[in-house]
Amino acid sequence: ALPIMAETEPETTDPIVINGGEIELPTAVPAPAHLDGVFDQIYSGWLFRDSETQAMQLDDFENPGMIFVDQGIDDWNAVEGEAGKSCASCHEEIESMKGVRAVMPKVNGNGELWSLEDYINDCRTNRMQAEALDWDGDRMKNLTAAISVQSRGMPMNVAIDGSAKPFWEKGKEMYYTRYGQLELACANCHEDHYGDWIRADHLSQGMTNGFPVYRLKQAALVSQHNRFRGCIRDTRAETFPMGSDEFRALELYVASRGNGLPVEGVSVRH
Amino acid sequence: MALAFAAPLAAETAPQDVAFTEYGSIEAPLIDSAGDPEEGAKIYADKTSGNCVACHVISDRPDAEFQGTIGPPLDGAGDRWEAAQLRGIVVDAKKTFPESMMPGFYKTSGYIRPGDAFTGKAGTEPLPPILTAQQVEDVVAYLATLKE
Ligand code: HEC
Ligand code: HEC
Ligand code: HEC
Repeated sequence: ALPIMAETEPETTDPIVINGGEIELPTAVPAPAHLDGVFDQIYSGWLFRDSETQAMQLDDFENPGMIFVDQGIDDWNAVEGEAGKSCASCHEEIESMKGVRAVMPKVNGNGELWSLEDYINDCRTNRMQAEALDWDGDRMKNLTAAISVQSRGMPMNVAIDGSAKPFWEKGKEMYYTRYGQLELACANCHEDHYGDWIRADHLSQGMTNGFPVYRLKQAALVSQHNRFRGCIRDTRAETFPMGSDEFRALELYVASRGNGLPVEGVSVRH
Repeated sequence: MALAFAAPLAAETAPQDVAFTEYGSIEAPLIDSAGDPEEGAKIYADKTSGNCVACHVISDRPDAEFQGTIGPPLDGAGDRWEAAQLRGIVVDAKKTFPESMMPGFYKTSGYIRPGDAFTGKAGTEPLPPILTAQQVEDVVAYLATLKE
């Protein structure tokens, strides 16, 4: 059978113009080389949302995610743990995190693939002598949001070769695996059918450059692994836990599909 | 009426016993009692059972809000396909269309990480099929009414 290609490319690919022109984020860029033959263009999930949802991302005062960014910055400056330090004690202003989000997840010095959450908890437990934060807890999401915003506009650029290669391969295999009783892979929805409607949902390419996203349906920030969990659960499958090695590998692969799209976080989705 | 909810009758074919033809059709009805097209129309649009509308459009179904565009429109499906073919498509579409995105609605095993419905937790195969034998026959009876 012929592959079913989506026929519904986005009608417009206008940039996301934030704060009256202060920041302009492209929504369509050429696909990275490893997607040759799959996509020509890659698109921000923003293009697939309704105009009201889109509008909320155009002004930082209207963007409900920005409150959590502020809370994350407060946490950045708060001393906690036996070492009597805050993030700021070592890293100074949070602006020092510029560029970090664009290359996450990445392989650490010990050859393990780490997400932003892992780096944060490593500093908390080993450098601050404080408790690790829950992967999907509010404080963790606030910190990842605050750190992501520092890279807003920078193109996603995760490494996929060298020591990252085996993790990337594993994530790629997951992306094309048809999980659950509905036997659906990420690729069925986000590669073959982006632009199509699945009931009331307009399918995007399932990019992660907007994460953490503020999701109107949940009225909260949503982490990447939480989104993955939801998408796999919806195939009537047993999901993987957030913070699992499987989801780190998937995170790397999905991020690499978006290499070139600007970090958008905190974006707004419905 | 009460009979429809009783334990499976001898005349019902279990999911693992369904016989497909080479092209994916199923000649024999899955259950003795005839399919009810009106019931099938409901199952078609019901989010918690068939939810076919997630992927398909039927133009004279304004009652079904937000129809999906993943699969082909089903207008005229009753002209294009025999009942046996429609039964095969609903039970396990991949026997008719290899690699199809359409899920199998009367299939209970052979899955990767089978879950317990939409809980995200592990399920144990054989899973309950998404539609019962009677519901499959109802949907097939409904599809057969879709003429152009
Ligand atoms: C006692 C010093 C110290 C404290 C306190 C500290 N960090 Fe760090 N952090 C470091 C050092 C040193 C590194 C570099 C580690 C390396 O490269 O191996 C680092 C690395 C990181 C990285 C990875 C950056 C990159 O580009 O790889 C992140 C993210 C980070 N820290 C966030 C935080 C946050 C958030 C807090 C507070 C919750 C925090 N850090 C507290 C010293 C600290
Ligand atoms: C049955 C269809 C389906 C499958 C299978 C599926 N998703 Fe999704 N996904 C959706 C829908 C619907 C949305 C919300 C609309 C959108 O952004 O596409 C979504 C959203 C997303 C988003 C958020 C995009 C944004 O810009 O906010 C990501 C990331 C994502 N999916 C990743 C995945 C991954 C990874 C997999 C496989 C593990 C997967 N999805 C499998 C239907 C699916
Ligand atoms: C997740 C998406 C999805 C769902 C849910 C779904 N289908 Fe399909 N269906 C498809 C696709 C895609 C095709 C096209 C066949 C192929 O894959 O080549 C198809 C094909 C069909 C066809 C043959 C199309 C024609 O007219 O020639 C029929 C009939 C059909 N589906 C009926 C149903 C019924 C009835 C249900 C619910 C019980 C259902 N579908 C649920 C995706 C879906």
